[in-house]
Amino acid sequence: MKIAVKLNGRNREWEAAPGATLLSVLRDGPQEPRMTSVKRGCETGDCGACTVLLDGQPVNSCVVAAARAHGHAVTTIEGLLGDPLMTMLQAALVEHAAVQCGYCSPGMLVSLYHLLRECRAAGTTPDDHAIREALTGNLCRCTGYVKPVAAAAAVAAALAAMRSTEAGAR
Amino acid sequence: MTDFVNNRAGGPQVGRNVAKIDAFKLARGEPVYTDDVHPAGMLWAKVLGSPHAHARILDVDAARALALPGVVDVAWHRQVKPILHTRAGQSHPEPSPYDTVIMPDKARHIGDRVAVVVAESLAIAEQALGLIDVKYEVLPALTDMDEALARTDVLVHEVADPRGIAEGGRSNVAARIDKQVGDVSAALKTCDHVVERTYWLPRVQASHIEPHVAIAWLDEDGRLVVRTSTQVPFHLRRILARILELKEADVRVIKPRVGGGFGDKQEMVMEDLVALMALRTKRPVRLEFTRVEELTSARCRHPQRIVMTTGVMNDGTIIANRMNVTADTGAYGSHALTVQGNTGQKVLPMYPCANIHFQVTCLYTNNPISGAFRGYGAPQGCFALESHIDEVAKVLGMDRLELRRKNHIRLGDTDPLSAKLGEGREGLSRVIRSTGLETAIELGCEAIGWTKKRPPSAPHLKRGLGMALAMQGSGIAGVDWGAATVKLNEDGSVNLLVGATDIGQGSDTVLAQMCAQELGISYEKVRVLSSDTDLTPFDVGAYASSTTYVSGGAVVKATQQMRDQLAAVFAEKWACAAGEVVFGDDNVSCGPGKAMTMAELASHALYAAKMQPAATASHMSNESPPPFAAQFADVEVDSGTGEVFLRRFVSAVDCGTPIHPDLVEGQIEGAVSQAIGYALFEEVIVDGAGKVKNPNFLDYKIASALDMPEMVTILVPTVEPSGPYGVKAAGEVPIDGPAPAIVNAICDAVGVRLCRIPATPERVWRQIKEAGE
Repeated sequence: MKIAVKLNGRNREWEAAPGATLLSVLRDGPQEPRMTSVKRGCETGDCGACTVLLDGQPVNSCVVAAARAHGHAVTTIEGLLGDPLMTMLQAALVEHAAVQCGYCSPGMLVSLYHLLRECRAAGTTPDDHAIREALTGNLCRCTGYVKPVAAAAAVAAALAAMRSTEAGAR
Repeated sequence: MTDFVNNRAGGPQVGRNVAKIDAFKLARGEPVYTDDVHPAGMLWAKVLGSPHAHARILDVDAARALALPGVVDVAWHRQVKPILHTRAGQSHPEPSPYDTVIMPDKARHIGDRVAVVVAESLAIAEQALGLIDVKYEVLPALTDMDEALARTDVLVHEVADPRGIAEGGRSNVAARIDKQVGDVSAALKTCDHVVERTYWLPRVQASHIEPHVAIAWLDEDGRLVVRTSTQVPFHLRRILARILELKEADVRVIKPRVGGGFGDKQEMVMEDLVALMALRTKRPVRLEFTRVEELTSARCRHPQRIVMTTGVMNDGTIIANRMNVTADTGAYGSHALTVQGNTGQKVLPMYPCANIHFQVTCLYTNNPISGAFRGYGAPQGCFALESHIDEVAKVLGMDRLELRRKNHIRLGDTDPLSAKLGEGREGLSRVIRSTGLETAIELGCEAIGWTKKRPPSAPHLKRGLGMALAMQGSGIAGVDWGAATVKLNEDGSVNLLVGATDIGQGSDTVLAQMCAQELGISYEKVRVLSSDTDLTPFDVGAYASSTTYVSGGAVVKATQQMRDQLAAVFAEKWACAAGEVVFGDDNVSCGPGKAMTMAELASHALYAAKMQPAATASHMSNESPPPFAAQFADVEVDSGTGEVFLRRFVSAVDCGTPIHPDLVEGQIEGAVSQAIGYALFEEVIVDGAGKVKNPNFLDYKIASALDMPEMVTILVPTVEPSGPYGVKAAGEVPIDGPAPAIVNAICDAVGVRLCRIPATPERVWRQIKEAGE
């Protein structure tokens, strides 16, 4: 079946088997380029390594039918490279040594990107618990979550500081 | 012997939190893992797993599968030469029994290999599995260790004399150990108290988020290339060459970035299958495990039953210790001898006494296969011993911290058990030449508030504190070794080629820091390649907490040798003494006016002196200095529901001198998160028919961000004389103590002893209820 999607801002048409998941179509091909940031970890929607944005909302692409994306927008890390918030998050993960094996990092980044974008829109700053809630669908076996949470908190604090600077300037 | 501790040339590159050298590309989601790059014409493989825990595979009819368009090949035992080997992935000569062939004629666990199919797509390969007709002769399944021990009429492995099985063809015993220092039975009679308890440890799984995955192809010279998510590329090359009857020269193993390993990727779980099918089809073949396959057919931590018997005097002096271990290796004997050996060897030395007895009976069953998993037997032993020390203290009416302080191992102490128990043979004796254990205990106590327990946060909760001490090793003494090659380029950058295997822990970064330190350049000028058996020198791989301590030693030696070459080139150009040449801050100099940048010297070497500054060095240590940990838990327990809330967890760890403190902390925090699962909720549940009941991350739960307590991680630096810059290991020791610390805290809170983990609400509630009756 043919599926028309907006992938990372560009219109694409996929050929996919009726039962295919969004993960398999994004990751396994035959469509090129393969979105290899979208990782396969469990295929049951539990580990979050395959997290992508579907119309801006984080979903586990392994449990979303590819057909469900027809007429919708799909965003992966590949489409967010260069985005200022994503760049801040990536730099923070590196700076806080929050990337060990890195396999869960893209999924985590998508979840954190969504959280901080929502918070920025609402003018709020997520606390430690809110960050952990946002990450609870992204299993990481390397870090114990200490450094990823610290990295996200640092970005949240930086955004809050930018906000108050802007408010001061006005 | 190289004097590691005093060698500190150049600016400080070690001891710094530099950016992990692969972190940016990983955070950008670049295609750097095994499955991220598919060779042209690649086929997709799937394994037909046995539905029976124990069954002879009488016949396989693949005609219907082969008729399916897109199916290219199906292989099963009649087509594959049965060469006995072990998939454990250890050094030659391997201490694990040779009880395995590529395609067995008898399935020994549910999911064991029956056939392998390759097809043009994953969907076709999956569909083909259902079209393979298999005739089985179902055999009685042994899923209980005691039944496996008692029965000789049903044998998991029937071969008369395969290499290394303890009682091959006669019983289901895969390995036995019986080692004694002193005379425990006699000593127990002289003790004021003898305390005996039995502890049970569950089957748990490493659960790296990247599953096992491998791709094999033949290169333009017909050589076999295997790109795989492995911890042991060089062991794989050796094993693959032997069992596929190829020359080692015609096998190349490439390790790209690896999405976590934790021991489970020390095993050759699938590389032989992709290699076999690539050789058969002459096309690239890719195989990746599903999560279900990970939890049924990869490797687990060995389940054990441990009986601890301790003889102690009224003043708390421990006179005798006996540890009797019964373990379940499952269908194959991967690491059966050595994991169980570690259960005593890495644990009992914590409390040195004149009489130590260590016994192991490790059994084959028709359960999932056990194997290597971070800690390698020590988490089981540490749970038993450190739970038991609290029980001994209770019998004595003595403070549990004081009992530990009175008896724990100290600087200069010897460890007689290590001499009796090496890697499957006589080992080397061990003297403690560095320890921060006393400081770790002190700092840990302070951080947890040991002397001022906080009140419960709600009236229905009870609060408790618990602690545990742990020690591990730094590589396998006299066995583990690695080599490194350094090569200077004309811009002053360095290629560092190592067989050492970065699987996410950050060894590439740490080794780059060491190389930079020795050459007096910035770590950013070091380009690391790990690992490719065609390009990098040998290393045993990433296991046994060996990389920083062992492979680091090779990097330091190789860089020093190259530095000596550069000093000679510099001295000749400037007419000075090579011994007076100084390296540092990216410069080389020898007194006033005689200076060059590293790039200038490199260019001079290549174009004027016409020599390639380069060196390869090997390193092995006859010591395995133990890192130490003191770990503390603060819990609240709801005695009405049995639910345990872990509020705070403190780890104070002596890992020698940290090369990259943040990465060391990351090792500790990650290990603790895995151990919290071991303590409270992780268990691969296998029913009486050998079937895994919870093969997914919903039912086999690992810690999420919300399951983690407040974590306090304290590094206690010491200087280990035998390690480069004074390092010891850090990767495994912090996984040992959390389970006993948490269970000791539960006991402190509600007064009941959980001798079996995980301490699920049901188990805690039942124990409380039984105690009340």
